[in-house]
Amino acid sequence: MECQECHIRPATLHLTNVINGQKTEMHVCEQCAKENGYVSYGQEGYSLHNLLSGLFHMNPSSIQDHKQFSQSSTALACPKCGLSYHEFTRVGKFGCASCYETFEDNLNPIFRRVHSGNTKHEGKIPKRMGSGIEKKRKIAAYRESMQEYIQAEEFEKAAEIRDKIRLLEQQEEEES
Amino acid sequence: MSLENFMSDAISPWMKENGPDCDIVMSSRIRLARNFENRSFPLIAKAEELDDVLEFFQENYQDTAFDQQGALQFIRIADLSPIEKKVLVEKHLISPHLTEHAEEAGVLLSESEQVSIMVNEEDHLRIQLYLPGFQLQKTLNEAFKVDDWLEQKITYAFDEERGYLTTCPTNVGTGLRASVMMHLPALTMTHQMNRLTPAINQLGLVVRGIYGEGSEAQGNIYQISNQITLGKSEQDIVEDLESVVSQLIEQERQARETLTEELSIQLEDRIFRSYGTLRYSRIIESKEAATCLSDVRLGIDLGYIEDMPQSILNELMVLIQPGFLQRYAKRSLSGRERDVLRASLIRERMHLENN
Ligand SMILES: [Zn+2]
Ligand SMILES: [Zn+2]
Repeated sequence: MECQECHIRPATLHLTNVINGQKTEMHVCEQCAKENGYVSYGQEGYSLHNLLSGLFHMNPSSIQDHKQFSQSSTALACPKCGLSYHEFTRVGKFGCASCYETFEDNLNPIFRRVHSGNTKHEGKIPKRMGSGIEKKRKIAAYRESMQEYIQAEEFEKAAEIRDKIRLLEQQEEEES
Repeated sequence: MSLENFMSDAISPWMKENGPDCDIVMSSRIRLARNFENRSFPLIAKAEELDDVLEFFQENYQDTAFDQQGALQFIRIADLSPIEKKVLVEKHLISPHLTEHAEEAGVLLSESEQVSIMVNEEDHLRIQLYLPGFQLQKTLNEAFKVDDWLEQKITYAFDEERGYLTTCPTNVGTGLRASVMMHLPALTMTHQMNRLTPAINQLGLVVRGIYGEGSEAQGNIYQISNQITLGKSEQDIVEDLESVVSQLIEQERQARETLTEELSIQLEDRIFRSYGTLRYSRIIESKEAATCLSDVRLGIDLGYIEDMPQSILNELMVLIQPGFLQRYAKRSLSGRERDVLRASLIRERMHLENN
């Protein structure tokens, strides 16, 4: 079988990728796999190459929501800095803040693997944009505990929290 | 203040002070990665864009002062000689990466050498703050103060969901790397580090040697740091690291006790042989020097050696590095010349303490 990328060398790597339940197979030579960042070799230790490429042949759950390998994302590029998605997976680095938005759909699996399953920031907030975000976090936390009270059928407590949420939401509207 | 201040002393002023648990933890460090909101990250930014960032720092922060840290000096890396660059790297005030991109890079250093803000490193800003001994919480608080201060003039690249946006996905979120430098001779001698390192890695922390190459830790000096930056608050990251470091301190103390109880004379012999080597050798390679320095430092901590400051390990570990030696000689040196000068500097330094 010849490599489906270069059509010159024989395909020595057979990668399986599951997208939205659709199984696609890739047959590539080592060199193309390396050049396209599907796999990496000889790199010592912990590199993003390994992590990104690992997505193609590691546990299926992380592959499933990894929509990266569709036709459209091969051509995807950041409008601000010009970094292509392809280049991003090869180098493993972002070019600017807008890259995060541009590649948004593909980032969760990467972050999950790098940060032991985490995808959402829980830390410091810049002072100047602080109060709004703080409020949103509070509302989100209230919503969660409201759900818990509802589940436990403690409706009075749930209602109390609902009022707190309303108050915060009102404040937010007044400010904006 | 001139560049000379940063070059002349092998140890930064803060290292001469004793911090908590300083018999084992040499220093605590917090690093925050930050970027400007509307600029390409240094990796792909054009030279003019990076120049703008340097200009911004020069204009806004040169000769300002921050809090207790003394005056801040902005240095363009391109203005440094190769040896001066090496010296700043060996003192851990700048990273090797910064010197590799010297053309467009700079650093804002405080007089105390506790604050170092690297400009146009992998990220636009790498804020570093050091304190002596084991005090990560305080170091974090101090680093936050610097962060807040910079934020008065800089709009950071920040996203509600993802946090502080960084060049590398491994830094996103908090942009925080918290680390401690630990001297762990007894755990190394008793081969326990081989067992402990994988266990610590399992907890999402990284253990590595600071000096030397590959997995070896020259001078038995290790750096322990967090790996995960996203999905945990800075507070939690620091607390998790603290709890592992506390356990390591405990284990090291136990191993030292066991050694002194069970191998007292062998240990004493080893310490004084190393002492003799440092005191009298005429040629010494950095690896041997590091081993001997570690032994002598242990001897000081355990009370075998008196009249020597604990900081001798911190100081001489930096002093015996190639950059510092060449800075001292004011020229580049061959390997053999370095070994001779190293031996002579160590002898001189130890003589100074004993007189
Ligand atoms: Zn091919
Ligand atoms: Zn971009």
